[in-house]
Amino acid sequence: MVCASSPPDRPPAGGRSGTTGPPTPATTPTAAAAEASTTEPPALENESGPPAISAKIVIAGGFGAGKTTLVRSVSQIPPLSTEAWLTEASEDLDDLSWSETKSTTTVTMDFGRISLYPDLILYLFGTPGQPRFWFLWDDLSRGALGAIVLVDSRRLDESFTALNYFENDSELPFIVAINRFDGKLWHEVADVREALGLRAEVPLVTCDARDSGSTAQVLRDLVIHTMSLTTE
Amino acid sequence: MTTSSADGARNAPEPEKKQGSRSRRIRPYALTGGRTRTQHPLLMETMVSVPQYDPALSESLMPESRVLYERARGRLSIAELSALLSIPLGVVRVLVGDLAAQGAVLLHPTADTFDHDHSVLERILSGLRELPA
Repeated sequence: MVCASSPPDRPPAGGRSGTTGPPTPATTPTAAAAEASTTEPPALENESGPPAISAKIVIAGGFGAGKTTLVRSVSQIPPLSTEAWLTEASEDLDDLSWSETKSTTTVTMDFGRISLYPDLILYLFGTPGQPRFWFLWDDLSRGALGAIVLVDSRRLDESFTALNYFENDSELPFIVAINRFDGKLWHEVADVREALGLRAEVPLVTCDARDSGSTAQVLRDLVIHTMSLTTE
Repeated sequence: MTTSSADGARNAPEPEKKQGSRSRRIRPYALTGGRTRTQHPLLMETMVSVPQYDPALSESLMPESRVLYERARGRLSIAELSALLSIPLGVVRVLVGDLAAQGAVLLHPTADTFDHDHSVLERILSGLRELPA
């Protein structure tokens, strides 16, 4: 629904009556990008600069593990939050009155941005706290280069939901980072690995989520892990 | 849950609405004709920009598409457009998808587009090494 003058009964998808020719099956973002870029000389092509690449890392972990702190420590913009509006059925679902028991829920996701180079932008997305919104985790994970599960070693049980997700329900490469609260490592790394039942091939590192240098190191650890899993 | 109901809405007849007398309190998905999918795979980090700004085109757009078009001049991701304009992600995706289909905006590739190719990952790694501590 782009043009105010377009007919309201236009086909929902595909047949875009306003455009020339049949709808082109643009399957990738680059297809559209290539199409657009061939029409103009490079100098005038894009008033907002040349094409750039963006990448995404998911920051997961239990409540209070320091996800927001970690994002904030390296983000070059004040962390933003975006909303997904959900319509969900209430617990006591009744076949006859389903339409009346629906309610709208708002889930917010916090994220930050690091402009590594003018044409390479890295986004960090914190997972929404409510663990029942699995499909949002799927949406967040889609296209990500990997995930960092942040844990507070004093409250390991808080991180089980996130760990279970990345161990069992996701193909995403992930590492686990113990947040050194107050700058202290409260438990031995080996003990934490055992308590979490973490597989040997999952890297377990420590960090201080408040410190940008420490956070950058964890991000690098993840990128290296992802590269090790996709050896060329 | 939302997916199934949205897919249903996509195949269902257009919801009742009149173009000229649109209420200000219209539900977000009514703006998209009930659609929650686009033909472009738009990730949250997909960046959007305006290849060649056209004021006349901007004038012709519906308000929500117009603010997206105007804001995308600064090259922003889907998630940033959603957050900065307070438009839900799903709606941003559909409207930006429409703008891309008509060539009004450019969708930039993501690392995923290149299947997380090692050259992309290495560049991310060196960028992370160069961050000011």
